[in-house]
Amino acid sequence: MHPILTTVLQRLAMGVITLFFVSLIIFSAVEFLPGDFTEAILGQSATDETVAAFRAELGLDKPAYLRYIDWIGAVMQGDLGQSFSGRSASGVDRSRAVADLIGPRLHNTLFLALMTALVAVPLALFLGITTALWRGSFYDRSVNAVTLTTISMPEFLVAYLLILLLVSLNPVFPSLANIDADTPFWERVYKSALPALTLLLVIVAHMMRMTRAAIINLLASPYIEMARLKGLSPATVILRHALPNAWAPIANVVAFNLAYLVVGVVVVEVVFVYPGIGQLMVDSVSARDIPVVQACALIFAGTYILLNLIADIVSIVTNPRLLHPR
Amino acid sequence: MTETYSAKDEVGQVRQRRSRWDRIWTELKKAPITAWFGMIVIAIYVIVAVFAPFIAPYGEAEVHPLPFAPWSPEHLFGTDQIGRDVFSRLIYGARNTIGIAFLTTILAFLIGGGLGLVAAINQSWLDQILSRAVDVLMAIPALIFALMLLSIFGSSVWSLVVIIALLDSTRVFRLTRAVAMNVVVMDFVEAARLRGEGLGWVMRREILPNILPPLVAEFGLRFCFVFLTIAALSFLGVGIQPPTADWGSMVRQNASLIQFAQYDLKAGLTPILPAAAIALLTIAVNFVVDWFLIKTSGLRDEV
Repeated sequence: MHPILTTVLQRLAMGVITLFFVSLIIFSAVEFLPGDFTEAILGQSATDETVAAFRAELGLDKPAYLRYIDWIGAVMQGDLGQSFSGRSASGVDRSRAVADLIGPRLHNTLFLALMTALVAVPLALFLGITTALWRGSFYDRSVNAVTLTTISMPEFLVAYLLILLLVSLNPVFPSLANIDADTPFWERVYKSALPALTLLLVIVAHMMRMTRAAIINLLASPYIEMARLKGLSPATVILRHALPNAWAPIANVVAFNLAYLVVGVVVVEVVFVYPGIGQLMVDSVSARDIPVVQACALIFAGTYILLNLIADIVSIVTNPRLLHPR
Repeated sequence: MTETYSAKDEVGQVRQRRSRWDRIWTELKKAPITAWFGMIVIAIYVIVAVFAPFIAPYGEAEVHPLPFAPWSPEHLFGTDQIGRDVFSRLIYGARNTIGIAFLTTILAFLIGGGLGLVAAINQSWLDQILSRAVDVLMAIPALIFALMLLSIFGSSVWSLVVIIALLDSTRVFRLTRAVAMNVVVMDFVEAARLRGEGLGWVMRREILPNILPPLVAEFGLRFCFVFLTIAALSFLGVGIQPPTADWGSMVRQNASLIQFAQYDLKAGLTPILPAAAIALLTIAVNFVVDWFLIKTSGLRDEV
């Protein structure tokens, strides 16, 4: 078998195993709930029958491994269980399916993340490569100073500074991103502009700095110097010699930052009251609505693992040493 | 000229070395301006945090009659949504936010550093289990994991400290194990083990002194990260709970003031203040860590 295929398959298997353990951890969240949590959910006045019915619904009367198999089987089929909220002490169950809660919000979050990534990735790569090429110039130093400042700020500071400048003082954008399923595309873009801009500033700074470091590292290697000394044009040096080796670090940088986007989106959604999955998760944490928290954590962790997996596979597939084995 | 010169005195003084403080002072004098800026900022934060009750004009949870009061001589930065003095809460916030973050970082280093050293020395099944467990834990984004654990254990200060310390100890474990690996193979460690020293001795006396510089730098960076995570969680309303003053939740509580910036710019700036206090400390620590790294390892930005 081709060495690349073996390595990719190995990496995929590792990813599946990681995902399995992560799902195990997220599942066991219910195991650590304190004993009196049914009271917290159903209220102090819950009757014994209601409590017993609730515990049976959660399957607490079954052994843990059976419950895990049931749970993961249901998750695979898109059934994420029933939310804890909307239950009452009398046993009337107005809870909603977690999948219904998450569906539209997941769509909104993906829209925001995609919109940010489409602008952020090309911009950061451009800035990173140009600053690496003109290292030490005024351009390089000013871009570096700006990005270092945005990196050190918490996301909510960036967000509120943008609100202060672009909403309160100069009303350009709306401060609340109240979009729903019927919002037309361009209005949706307009209303999501500020959250996207906040994420953009944070992500581009990280991505640009990492790209710059990767390229500088590469340009310092002896074979690049050799190519220069041979008298090749700068364009040839970059395109023919540097770029094939740069794909791996660049893919890593991009994936790392898209994964970072997954986390950053939580805070930014809360600031702008953007109806996404991050805000849902924070609300559910306050309400201790465990099934929703579990589902959100599973989605976030799954995306994170998947992005890292893709980055690894890209760096394996573009690795010249593996592509042309001796 | 009765005194005759004798080389004896000078020769006798050659052995006298500079004291530790002298050496630190000579290093400090050579520190760049950014490092000085960082150290001064950190010193001010520490003083404010330690002497908070003496500096703050009002109590941490003292309620005044007028909520959302404008900036005035009585209330330097106005009052918040239930009439507590923002300036006093900023000062108490330094104590709470920095104190909790510091405690968490120390706990993370005790857990992660200790296990990392053990894994590096005892490269057996224990190392394998710990390393794989850390791999899995690091596959979940820290903030998401923290949110999930907080929903289970509830948001108290202690669960916050323990959860974040555990999550961050995975990063400390990785670093400690990696740097300790290089030292474990040295002859002097072998010699210590051959003469029958126990695990604790080898960890503390043979390996730890040799990996201290990267760990100290990591402590600074880790502190920043923990500090930002706690601030973010408090901002989201699931971290440090009121009435304890804390910068993250102060941003959230005063956020509505920002809409009034066009009428009263100072009011609009009130929610920015605690966020800026967070950013300033992060930048200051980063500056000092950068300088320390260059100092101890000769690591610098390739120019």
